[in-house]
Amino acid sequence: MRRLFHEWGHLIRPALVLLAAMGAFLVVRAAVIPKEFGKYGHFRPGALDLVRSHPIHYAGQDTCVMCHDDQAKLRASGKHAHVACEACHGPLAKHADDPSAVKPKLPDVANLCRRCHEKDASKPKGFPQVATVEHSGGVVCNSCHQPHNPHL
Amino acid sequence: MDISRRDLFITGGKILMVASVGATLEQITGAEPAPDKYKMADHWWGMIIDVGKCIGCGNCVRACSNENDVPEGYFRTWVERYQVAEGEENLRVDSPKGAIDGFPPSSNEALKSFFIPKLCNHCVDSPCVQVCPVGATFDSPDGVVMVDESYCLGCRYCVQACPYGCRYLHPEKNTVDKCTLCYHRITQGLTTACCENCPTGARQLVDFKNPKDPVHEFLRQNKVQVLKPYMATKAKVYYKDLDGSVR
Repeated sequence: MRRLFHEWGHLIRPALVLLAAMGAFLVVRAAVIPKEFGKYGHFRPGALDLVRSHPIHYAGQDTCVMCHDDQAKLRASGKHAHVACEACHGPLAKHADDPSAVKPKLPDVANLCRRCHEKDASKPKGFPQVATVEHSGGVVCNSCHQPHNPHL
Repeated sequence: MDISRRDLFITGGKILMVASVGATLEQITGAEPAPDKYKMADHWWGMIIDVGKCIGCGNCVRACSNENDVPEGYFRTWVERYQVAEGEENLRVDSPKGAIDGFPPSSNEALKSFFIPKLCNHCVDSPCVQVCPVGATFDSPDGVVMVDESYCLGCRYCVQACPYGCRYLHPEKNTVDKCTLCYHRITQGLTTACCENCPTGARQLVDFKNPKDPVHEFLRQNKVQVLKPYMATKAKVYYKDLDGSVR
């Protein structure tokens, strides 16, 4: 043994240092890299769960219709058939979870209708538009039109 | 009380055995998470946008802000108005506050004008993923480009790399934020907030791996284009009737 060290010591000692460094690297690597990193790609699967844990604010059309099928039927026969409830009524997932906790507010009709239907040169030609001032002279839209089925 | 070495070994051994059996049982029964209904391998998400249907109402921008708690003045999706005037060399493009309140009246002199909704294109070869020095930005197996908040350094390389300007630094978290294609919604069978609230159906979430998805018919029947195809990003947001002036 002594002879071995005497002749090969200059090789064995750096080799031991190298081995120790490699061992330390493996230990540190295992400790630092997050669990399951690289399972689906070069990322941490936990990141997907983090994004998925975000709360939902818009309950979605199907949820609204479960209770409000009368409004849905009325709407289905008119031009607004494909406009989702929450497009006008706002995000109401909390109302869907517990109907008594959050009461939906009525939309601000004066601005709501205009945002889509005010006449504008940039809007597609086939889309129904009116110059509100000439069309109604300031009378709010829902005094004549029923918003769920707007045809008179 | 006197404890001999023999007693110590026997009692210690018993405790160790009970503990290891308990730990194993806990691992077998408790650690397994509930099986997920959503299978990433069955989906490949994208979006189709029919420019001829967009009325510039800004519903998508408002919906996105509400759904994703986007900080004020920042946008994950926005709408641009292009106005090409007669005799004017440069076209006019505007997007006041990302069109969160819609648009002021358009000029009537424009030769042509139209609205272009924009969002992250969820590219297959995303420049943003390529430049991230720490691997915080990644492609999910179902084709959505996302940011791992706990990894992001906030160095903004990706913000500069994105050819579509879809990323921003979140002012409070100081990490990069972007459209997740409402990943929390689409993995539960809902559509994105912007598509849910688009009154004219101008934008539609699509799943390229679903053979019944309308996207296949849409791509066959229409003249479609992606934004900046020369960047070779393989964007997955397809525009129908996109004008050549759109950048």
